[in-house]
Amino acid sequence: MTLAAKRAATAYAFLAVPLVFFICVRFAPMLYMMAMSLTDWGLLRKTLHFVGLANYAAVLADPVFLQALANTAKYAVFGAPAVIVVSLCVALLLDRVPRGKGLFRLVYVLPYITPVVAVSWVWRWMFQSPPLGVINAMLVAVGLPAAAFLNSPTQALPSILAVNVWVELGYCTTIFLAGIQTIPADIVEAARIDGASGRQVLGKIILPLLLPVTLFLTVIEGIQFLRIFTQVYNMSMQAMGGPLNSTKSAALYIYQKAFTNFEMGLAASASLVLFAIILVVTIAQMRLFDRKLDY
Amino acid sequence: MKRTRIGILLFAALLLAGAVAIQAQDVTITYWQYFYESKVNLMNDLIQKFEAQNPGIKVEQVTFPYESYQQKVAAAIPAGEGPDVINLFYGWLPLWVKSGYIQPLPASDFSSDYFKKTYYPFVAESVNFGGKNYAAPTAVRALALFYNKKLFKDAGLDPNAPPKTLDELAAYAKKLSKYDSQGNLIQSGLLMQPDGQGHVWLREVLFRQFGAIPYSADGRTVSYNTPAGVQAFQWYTDRITKDKVGYPNFTTDDVTAFKAQKGAMNVDGSFRIATLNAVKDLDWGVAELPTYKGIKSNFASFWTNAIVQGVSGKKLEASVKFLKFLTSPEVQELWLQKVGELPATPSLSDKYKNDPVISVFLKGLAYAHATSYVDEAGQRTILVDAVNEVSLKNGDPAAVLAAAAAKEQKLISDFWKQ
Repeated sequence: MTLAAKRAATAYAFLAVPLVFFICVRFAPMLYMMAMSLTDWGLLRKTLHFVGLANYAAVLADPVFLQALANTAKYAVFGAPAVIVVSLCVALLLDRVPRGKGLFRLVYVLPYITPVVAVSWVWRWMFQSPPLGVINAMLVAVGLPAAAFLNSPTQALPSILAVNVWVELGYCTTIFLAGIQTIPADIVEAARIDGASGRQVLGKIILPLLLPVTLFLTVIEGIQFLRIFTQVYNMSMQAMGGPLNSTKSAALYIYQKAFTNFEMGLAASASLVLFAIILVVTIAQMRLFDRKLDY
Repeated sequence: MKRTRIGILLFAALLLAGAVAIQAQDVTITYWQYFYESKVNLMNDLIQKFEAQNPGIKVEQVTFPYESYQQKVAAAIPAGEGPDVINLFYGWLPLWVKSGYIQPLPASDFSSDYFKKTYYPFVAESVNFGGKNYAAPTAVRALALFYNKKLFKDAGLDPNAPPKTLDELAAYAKKLSKYDSQGNLIQSGLLMQPDGQGHVWLREVLFRQFGAIPYSADGRTVSYNTPAGVQAFQWYTDRITKDKVGYPNFTTDDVTAFKAQKGAMNVDGSFRIATLNAVKDLDWGVAELPTYKGIKSNFASFWTNAIVQGVSGKKLEASVKFLKFLTSPEVQELWLQKVGELPATPSLSDKYKNDPVISVFLKGLAYAHATSYVDEAGQRTILVDAVNEVSLKNGDPAAVLAAAAAKEQKLISDFWKQ
């Protein structure tokens, strides 16, 4: 055996362990789920029948699932870009801060490293109506009308969305900062000497060079918002995704179908619909951003 | 020659094994309930007592958090990993019976006649499916109007004269509500929590009082969508939208608000007695649910015990004995003392006729109805959403109630169709 072959064998041997793990806990259940989505499997039934695509027809005809998909789209369409834009701004500003950079970075990362359930409950309390909620107390103190926030079918989704943007900000800012610091200083200096304005440096050098990082974050955040669950589960009353299903995400719908109604077949088909959507969106994002970068 | 010897040996071994089995006739049965501290502690004591009375039978108690209880059951019983005797909410019975989780109780010990003699009428009705009885409860619960005596005094109302009619209730609620300078509610006169007990108050009490029988006798037809039903529904939503004396999730929920003295009146169940007794400085009282046009109604519910499908032979015998024990007068009394739930046998309550709290619930039980649910959570959500459609989206009560009734009818029809 040549040295190269030996090295490869060693690598494969080490990779085999996680591979087996992934096959057992990821791929096998996924294949099983795909099969189950074609059956009427329910924990409350003793028998199991092949029903073809009936589950898919049922979930796609369920107005609650369609609303959950629409809500999920809102989370992703407004949430992911908001996080990317805000965190990019924060990162660019942080890069310029001469002193206390570490402190600022810590402040922005804190929400991200706090358990999501804790964050959700604290915000849920802050969003409460008078006489309890802190935010409403401030609004009332300055003479503004109190807002219903999580109790309103129109404000609840934006409220949950805002909290999630705030949470994800820490992660994205950190990645962007790392990206900015990999940009060679001499390129920027050379541009400056050639008379480039700050805006030109940003638009022609920094942003283009951050494109790979932006692509990565867009994909990650897109997926993050498309499968939003914990925040909705904890911030809506009795974990129902209400009021009136206005905050219910596709993931919460799937959870309820599986573990409240015990309709595993329906839940499996709804999962695959969500999976297909995430797959398509991710591929589209990669196509859109993944152009050859050559400067 | 060799073969006979082996035969003899085998025969001897079988005899020996049989003898051992007869000698150690211990049979162990498993009992499942969800985790509620006072119930679990009492059950441990009861099991000791039962084992002392019935040598040879061992009972093992297993508990799960309430949130995951149904999931455990749904996963374990079809796989044959479930318990022998199980505690369940009566509203789950139709589904569990249909799914074949539980078996009919033997008629020799639990005849329909026995149920009629022993229990409240709503219990006998709720556990009977196709002429067979499937479960026997220890205790039952009913609703009442809980009110805060201190807030009554503060508002200049007599703390010993709670409202008796719905009109009085509405008037009292207005007097007991407080608002800040912007008109935000800061003290709720009447807590309105449809996903608490609000939906059952509406379902079995208000509908009936306004003249709409909510369901057909067999529970398979939704019949609250009548002009009278709409009136009842609107009476409920008017408290939120017109009088603004309360709204869903005010200070988190009704129980929190009542405990924090931010809510003056609430419709709640007897299971709350222990919770409220534990709150310091809370001076509360209970009254029968307010009447309307002289009509009284109440909603009763109960947790009950059943024997799981597939339990047979000695285990079945032991399970029946255990069930008999759990429903005995002695245990019912203990259950009231330690857990606070009311005896399922009416005659056992006689000595509490003058208890200021318990007597109120006992009176309610006498005219209570128990909804025959097919999907308790699903049916609850439909009425809760209907209230929200009106209170949050200004929906027209008549149209909203009609849509809710159609949705619930579909749920019930689908259940029985399958």
